[in-house]
Amino acid sequence: MYPIILLSFLGIVVLFLGFAKSKAILLPATLLFLAVALVGNFVEWNQGTIIYFYNMLAVNNLTLAFNGIVLVSAFMIVAMTRGFQDDDEAQPAEYYAIMLFSLVGAFMMIGFENLIMLFLGLEILSVAMYVLTGSDKRNLRSNEAALKYFLMGAFATGILLFGIALLYGATGSFTLTGIQAYIGQGNPSYLLYGGLLLVLIGMLFKVSAAPFHFWTPDVYEGAPTIFTAFMATIVKTAGFAALFRLLSHSFTGIYDYWWITLAVITVLTLLVGNIIAVYQDSFKRMLAYSSISHAGYLLIALTAMTPQTENSILFYSMAYSVATICAFGVLIPLAREKAMTGKPRETYEAFNGLARNNPLLAFVLTVSMLSLAGIPLTAGFWGKFFVFGSAAERGIIWLLVVAILMSAVGIYYYFRVIMAAYMKEGDTAEIRVAPFYKIVLVTATIITLLFGIAPGLFTGLV
Amino acid sequence: MQEPSIPDIIQLIPLKSYLILSTALFVIGILGVLIRRNAIVIFMSVELMLNSVNLLLIAFSSYKSDPSAQVFVFFIMAVAAAEVAVGLAIIVMIYRNTRTIDIGFLNKLKG
Repeated sequence: MYPIILLSFLGIVVLFLGFAKSKAILLPATLLFLAVALVGNFVEWNQGTIIYFYNMLAVNNLTLAFNGIVLVSAFMIVAMTRGFQDDDEAQPAEYYAIMLFSLVGAFMMIGFENLIMLFLGLEILSVAMYVLTGSDKRNLRSNEAALKYFLMGAFATGILLFGIALLYGATGSFTLTGIQAYIGQGNPSYLLYGGLLLVLIGMLFKVSAAPFHFWTPDVYEGAPTIFTAFMATIVKTAGFAALFRLLSHSFTGIYDYWWITLAVITVLTLLVGNIIAVYQDSFKRMLAYSSISHAGYLLIALTAMTPQTENSILFYSMAYSVATICAFGVLIPLAREKAMTGKPRETYEAFNGLARNNPLLAFVLTVSMLSLAGIPLTAGFWGKFFVFGSAAERGIIWLLVVAILMSAVGIYYYFRVIMAAYMKEGDTAEIRVAPFYKIVLVTATIITLLFGIAPGLFTGLV
Repeated sequence: MQEPSIPDIIQLIPLKSYLILSTALFVIGILGVLIRRNAIVIFMSVELMLNSVNLLLIAFSSYKSDPSAQVFVFFIMAVAAAEVAVGLAIIVMIYRNTRTIDIGFLNKLKG
């Protein structure tokens, strides 16, 4: 609960810091504020479940751990935003403030106890993302991405709200416990099923699961890369935390009804994400489809809904977020240095000869691709291991078979980048990276390898 | 003679009728989003969807004599206003660059 109050206040402070003549203070100030929020987050660690604001928000170790993942991801992404200072058009104070405010929305989604908070958190996060997506105002691609994201997001919100209204009509309550108690009475009304279906569709839109994924590649490609990284990690982590909370706290009573729906969506998401990713020429667009496929893996854990699900979603979100930040972090300096016609080069060719040019970036890229592909000794392997384990425990073998086949497909397109970086000859223009930027990338790589070798370090924490 | 209260007036019409009306409005909104080509009209359709939800919540709230849904309606209206502000800003930004708001012109991003 403290990070919500802290970041709401500190976000306003960042806005006022924008009046200062020198913009140089903004980045360290924002990083400091995020660190303060991270400390504030763990004040309530190991104190059991605490309920705040008249049953609106709950705090326990699981929500704190999700908050921690979101905050650390945000810290890394903000630390990579030095480019704002070179750009005269950029409004760094506003960008940083909006990023901090959007995190407040993420925390509300992670710990919601009442559907009002789910809706508010989702909207705070989404509206902030619409603005950030369109932040490159003169760039038509960014404009197009912002409009698509906005229209699709508002549409999804409408569907979610209609679902919430139907749930309220059936149960007479917006609280998770109220809905659970209503289902416990047995013989639920048809309004409940319709409401649950619409709420699921609304949420799956936001986490970009197929067949509600069609906005994702365009939006990810058009948005400025740094905000794409923000979208791919924080929105996805918060979305899955919220979906898990909703399903596990309220709807376990009618598991037989929704698991098959979710299983079909999972299979579709895995197929669409992985197979279309193979045919992409743009690295950024491939990462968009890869994020769809990772939504599919996370959905497997939700479909199985065993007692281990919460830990596997937590671990998977962590592994996916860190690896994705690395991947986008390598792309940003590369696309900037190799921009020839004003349009950033984001195709696979941009990576040609990277290993000779800048071995550190090539190594970071390799580890992050291995982690996304789920190769052993990286955190991504254990993420997939835990997720597949929960499906095996529930005995949904056909889902498991599809998932394993699709992760084999995934290896092809992740290795294409590594091949381009190591095997192919490229132009020898030197790629310069700021020391601070290097520290972030190396830290993220170390996290990936550390939890890949000793996953118990992370799972033992929660 | 005492004035009838607003929940009593709302309850003159059966709940099912409210459900059908707001579902119809909601479906019109969805069709508008899917069919129309003008960004402003799509936007209006989204607003129609949100307002059908408001209507439904008020009807349920009156029938259940429970005020929490009415509070929810205020939140929806406030958030919708914030969304309009951002959405119109995005549409104005696009109009300045392309001199059109037809979504058919949005084809710069392709696989």
